Amino acid sequence: MESTLRAILPDAALLKMYEQMVLSREFEEACAEQYTKGHITGFLHLYSGQEAVAVGATTALHRDDYILSAYREHAQAIIRGAEPRRVMAELFGKATGICKGKGGSMHLFDPALSFMGGYAIVGGQLPIAAGVAFAAKFRREERIAACFFGDGAVNQGTFHEALNWARLWELPVLYVCENNFYGIGTEVHRASALADIHKRTCGYDIPSARVDGMDVLAVFEQVKWAAEWVREQSRPYLVEAMTYRFRGHSMADPGKYRSAAEVELWKARDPIPNFARRLLAEGIASEAELAAILEKARATVAEAVKYAEESPWPEDDEVWKDIYV
Amino acid sequence: MPEMTYRDALNLALKEEMRRDPSVVTWGEDVALYEGSFKVTRGLLAEFGEERVKDTPISENTIVGVAIGAAMGGLRPVAELMTVNFALLAMDQLVNHMAKISSMFGGQVHLPMVVRTPGGGGSQLAAQHSQSLETYFMHCPGIRVAVPATPADAKGLLKSAIRDNNPVVFLEHELLYNSKGEVPEDPEFLVPLGRAEVKRPGSDVTIVAYSRMTVLALQAAAELEKEQISCEVVDLRTLSPLDDATFIASVQKTGRAVVVEECWRTAGLGAEIAFRIHAGCFDTLRAPVQRVSGLDVPMPYSRKLERLCIPQVETIAAAVRELLSKKY
Ligand SMILES: Cc1ncc(C[n+]2csc(CCOP(=O)(O)OP(=O)(O)O)c2C)c(N)n1
Repeated sequence: MESTLRAILPDAALLKMYEQMVLSREFEEACAEQYTKGHITGFLHLYSGQEAVAVGATTALHRDDYILSAYREHAQAIIRGAEPRRVMAELFGKATGICKGKGGSMHLFDPALSFMGGYAIVGGQLPIAAGVAFAAKFRREERIAACFFGDGAVNQGTFHEALNWARLWELPVLYVCENNFYGIGTEVHRASALADIHKRTCGYDIPSARVDGMDVLAVFEQVKWAAEWVREQSRPYLVEAMTYRFRGHSMADPGKYRSAAEVELWKARDPIPNFARRLLAEGIASEAELAAILEKARATVAEAVKYAEESPWPEDDEVWKDIYV
Repeated sequence: MPEMTYRDALNLALKEEMRRDPSVVTWGEDVALYEGSFKVTRGLLAEFGEERVKDTPISENTIVGVAIGAAMGGLRPVAELMTVNFALLAMDQLVNHMAKISSMFGGQVHLPMVVRTPGGGGSQLAAQHSQSLETYFMHCPGIRVAVPATPADAKGLLKSAIRDNNPVVFLEHELLYNSKGEVPEDPEFLVPLGRAEVKRPGSDVTIVAYSRMTVLALQAAAELEKEQISCEVVDLRTLSPLDDATFIASVQKTGRAVVVEECWRTAGLGAEIAFRIHAGCFDTLRAPVQRVSGLDVPMPYSRKLERLCIPQVETIAAAVRELLSKKY
């Protein structure tokens, strides 16, 4: 059989994508457990189910392209290269966390990775992404800004204002809408007059595309194409990835507004086992290799939890630090 | 009187007012089908239907703007902003429009509307989700500001706010929703806007507080009683209009005052109240007014740090002890 996967990426890259999806899932499920134990508090929004979007998109970007996201961003940070143990320490509120325990789940940041933050105000990151893209263009850098946000954010004024600016100032920003069909408990059709979010860019003369967000390679190919277009044209583009979160909005949400049948239907489209089946069918990996990837992810996550547990709390006088330089 | 939670008291107030007056409508993010992210609007959609109880897109400025228009058009909207942090996205409609319309148009129109929104810190939600912005609204003329501390006040104040012909920003505290207290069943039970209450009588010092800080002040007062320190606790209940008479009378009696505010200290509401106490009680004050405030920092996530940033029972008690120990 002719390999369709190998036509897209070499084996090592395909396996890396699989590894990243598995690591994200394991990390998130461990977070759920730590939340139940009371080690993680506050709002905890998990990414389980949406892994194909972040992995596909991040793989398609250059290393120094900026990434900005919302509050469901652990996976985005880790896939970009943030150390799982420092992310976990952040969620525990420990001094060794990626933001010294001050940001928590919703506010991860690592400039060394060009990961320009998780933001908890819906829509807040959209103009900031345009600004980061402006700086890159101004400084004649090759990099673009990729901005992740949810279907709920498109009804915020910032979406409209930022898209208009991005087109007007010809900014190299790639907007990636993760349409998981819900903003907390409100289904997309009940919040958006035009629920086909990719079509909403018409008003700003911005091209867009919709992609299957449960298929990591489809996301990769679409974002790859779009990112290069953004880079060459220095103009914004929007990708709408159709995806699903397997859990409630946050750990506080039992998710009763979705029928069990609906959730099951999407779980059957789980991007991880589906990708595994393709890797196996095309002989890119064996069962044993995939099992080893899972084992390794579990070990990484277990080590991250242990690190977070054993890490020190911040010193009291930290509250006064980092506010001004 | 039945016991109920602050959450249920608010819910009851909404239901009673919606039953009483068909022009009362409510909307906000996730208030209808999901019954509110803090469940304050539980059962409203079922009882009043989709025309009166509406889910909105995540568009805070427009949630308020549409409420303003609806109020101009003859309704009595109660808009919910999911938390006060997101009220900042609606500041234009709140401050430039809602607060101004009555006076700017020469009193030809009034806005009988309420913007309900929970706020405060203490749940490890970090800098963007833990703000105490009461001073922002209190600072702005044209807005009434309610800050209930108990379930009974929550019910009575919300009912008054809905019946009031002025725009009211109604600030609920996220950590009070599960608190319990006795609540009058009478559907005509109202707590007037602009009336503070002495929640605990005392003779040595007055603690002036509001919202969750009142609850902590009462706990501090109970602690201090064991040390023979008698605290009078004044709960402001509304910040605008501010009931000077009640706290000034109290401080004239006790001669000492500690103002407790959850908001940031610099230019916080405690400064305003302390000034009014100094102006109103200069002759009877036995010590300068003290303040216990939230720290002037963006709220850190880490539970250890967060605790330092919000006034606690022991910080209030310590301030009272210090005030009483000093010879002036
Ligand atoms: C400005 C603002 N309004 C409301 C909220 C509360 N809130 C948090 S998440 C959310 C839903 C957002 O849904 P969506 O953008 O689709 O992202 P998803 O959670 O599905 O990833 C809401 C309303 C907020 N954080 N910020």
